[in-house]
Amino acid sequence: MPNTKRRRLVATTVAVTLGATALAACGSSDDDSETESGPVSLTYWTWTPGMDKVVDLWNKGQGKEEQINVTVKKQASGDTLVTKILTAHKAGEAPDLVQAEYQALPTLVSNDALADISGDVGDAQSKFAEGVWQQTTLGTDAVYAVPQDIGPMMFYYREDLFKKYDLTVPTTWDEFAETARALKKKSPDTDLTTFSANDSGLFAGLAQQAGAQWWTTEGDKWKVGIDDAATQKVATFWGDLVAEGAIDNQPMYTPAWNKALNTGKQIAWVSAVWAPGTLTTAAPDTKGKWAMAPLPQWSESENVTGSWGGSSTGVTTDSEHKEAAAKFAAWLNTDGEALNALAKEGGIYPASTSAQLSGAFQTPPDYFSNQADFYTEAAEIAETTAPSAWGPNVNVAYTSFKDAFGAAAKNKSDFTDALKTMQDDTVADMKKQGFGVSE
Amino acid sequence: MSSLAVRKAAPAAGTTPGTAQGPPLRRRIALIPTITLLIGAIYCLLPVAWVAIAATKSGSELFSTFTFLPGSGFADNIRDLNAYRDGVYWKWMGNSALYAGVGALLSTVVSAFSGYALAIYRFRGREAIFNVLLAGVLMPPVILAIPQYLLLAEANLTDSYLSVLLPLILSPYGVYLSRIYATAAVPADVVEAGRMDGASEWRIFTRVALPMMVPGLVTVFLFQFVAVWNNFLLPYIMLSDDEKFPITLGLYTLLEQGANTPALYTLVITGALIAVVPLVALFLVIQRFWSLDLLSGAVKS
Repeated sequence: MPNTKRRRLVATTVAVTLGATALAACGSSDDDSETESGPVSLTYWTWTPGMDKVVDLWNKGQGKEEQINVTVKKQASGDTLVTKILTAHKAGEAPDLVQAEYQALPTLVSNDALADISGDVGDAQSKFAEGVWQQTTLGTDAVYAVPQDIGPMMFYYREDLFKKYDLTVPTTWDEFAETARALKKKSPDTDLTTFSANDSGLFAGLAQQAGAQWWTTEGDKWKVGIDDAATQKVATFWGDLVAEGAIDNQPMYTPAWNKALNTGKQIAWVSAVWAPGTLTTAAPDTKGKWAMAPLPQWSESENVTGSWGGSSTGVTTDSEHKEAAAKFAAWLNTDGEALNALAKEGGIYPASTSAQLSGAFQTPPDYFSNQADFYTEAAEIAETTAPSAWGPNVNVAYTSFKDAFGAAAKNKSDFTDALKTMQDDTVADMKKQGFGVSE
Repeated sequence: MSSLAVRKAAPAAGTTPGTAQGPPLRRRIALIPTITLLIGAIYCLLPVAWVAIAATKSGSELFSTFTFLPGSGFADNIRDLNAYRDGVYWKWMGNSALYAGVGALLSTVVSAFSGYALAIYRFRGREAIFNVLLAGVLMPPVILAIPQYLLLAEANLTDSYLSVLLPLILSPYGVYLSRIYATAAVPADVVEAGRMDGASEWRIFTRVALPMMVPGLVTVFLFQFVAVWNNFLLPYIMLSDDEKFPITLGLYTLLEQGANTPALYTLVITGALIAVVPLVALFLVIQRFWSLDLLSGAVKS
């Protein structure tokens, strides 16, 4: 029966077609074994806008001399990029260079995705404040990245409305609370600011300012201190303000929040050095009416700030040209010309101390043209940044923060309970991942 | 006065009893479904209207003016979108069209072959294959993205157009739909008649069965096209070169530019609006193929 044969043939065809995608994937594996001499080409995953133009400077200058060519592959920032890097690393296909936020470094290092480049970055360390550099070493002798930009925290306020409501700029958190209450009395519809349970990075920065050390190591074990005294102090402070209604409890970065800033319904913002960019889009009508001051302190004698945001350039363990990649990373973040271009094209605030007062930073940002010494003051504040202590599962802690504090802010309930939840979630996840955690 | 008389006279004439009552009654019954559908339509269209109106607003108007008040920046937004990194947006559109067009076409072809074979031929393991496919339908493609990435990395195919196209070729849902449709639309008698006339299996498939399956295949194509057009995670994992990004990924990079750079909301909103246009056009053009359904009967049952 020819028909049966044909039918069988068709049946086999179906089976083959179904398996085609799987088969196509089972080709030969990698066979690239370039020699170390000769021209080197590197790929770089970054989200900084205009990075291709900055890299062009390298490719046409020093990179050309040393035959190191860098290609930028623009990515979206955030936690998902960390996942993407780790997935690529699992397949051995991670790019040579990656941009990574400071809090992501322990995650990348504990997955063995970032290489130790301490031998290849020269005297880069001398260009950075100690608290900034320490974030890239994770407290070891190794160096896992070169700092690129930082986000020292500051206090932003509507200068004109502070005058109108007869308020003084708070220098301590106690004064901050008094200012919030005084404003509520004078204008019940106006809020000093809001506590945003969406922005884990802001809360982490505030805790950092208070002296919190969320992740530390003890021998070969991790110690999680999210529920420590310093953070409890911060949580209680904001929780009380929300509970008594002295400040708003709605999240930031929403259309409603933009409107509140733009119309003077909220007249201050605890933010970081990059705030001018955000305010330009969020509150375009209030340009020139804002001013910046140091973050309020926990006691009169102190002068510290936390950081919110900031990122670094790391070299992956998958790179076959780690030395060349490290050389580029050091150039990108310490060379004057490169940093000028980064500030101009990418709008970053450089981690390198020498660049904080040069080039683009000699004049205030357009939005703050009324505050001539904006960047001089910013550089002074940046110097006071408290050391931070990130761990291998910051993303889990951040997610837990959003859930627990989101509910607490909405219900105006106890923030310390939410903090406890955040601590427990983080410890549980670390144990699940197989990290040793000391109680 | 006279109209009243006419209305009274009509039932009395006995031609259409109940006419006077009929229409209002039917209207009352249709009221609830109509309202439900209207609510559904508003629910679906409101976000689209928001995007359409927000796309006309300039950066300073976006969050400060009334939500449904059209702004004055549409032309500027389009110009900015065009100018952004030398028009990379249109490159993303082209990539999306390529992934969705070629991907949907290939997957429709594979679905047609497989669905027809599963429906018409009886062979060992047919049900087993079909059951595996059914399981595949239930499996969200999202969880396959990372294993697929690792497989393609073995073949050195990541960060290429192929890496996005290959995993799309086999769509379990497409095969499933094709089989169901072939079972219903291609009667065994027709296939048997073709064999009696001495036609080869290939000829029966291409000349007889395929035309009958067209409405079903159009549906498969459309579903696949929309699914690929909206796909995010697979290209996100596979691609690192933003010149190869589809529109979904491209717009995402405009949103997530890092903490110190504000998101380019106006560009993203305008870009999202323009990205919907090809989908709407496709539906309007291809929709008419669905009506072929009515013509495709061939055997009297």
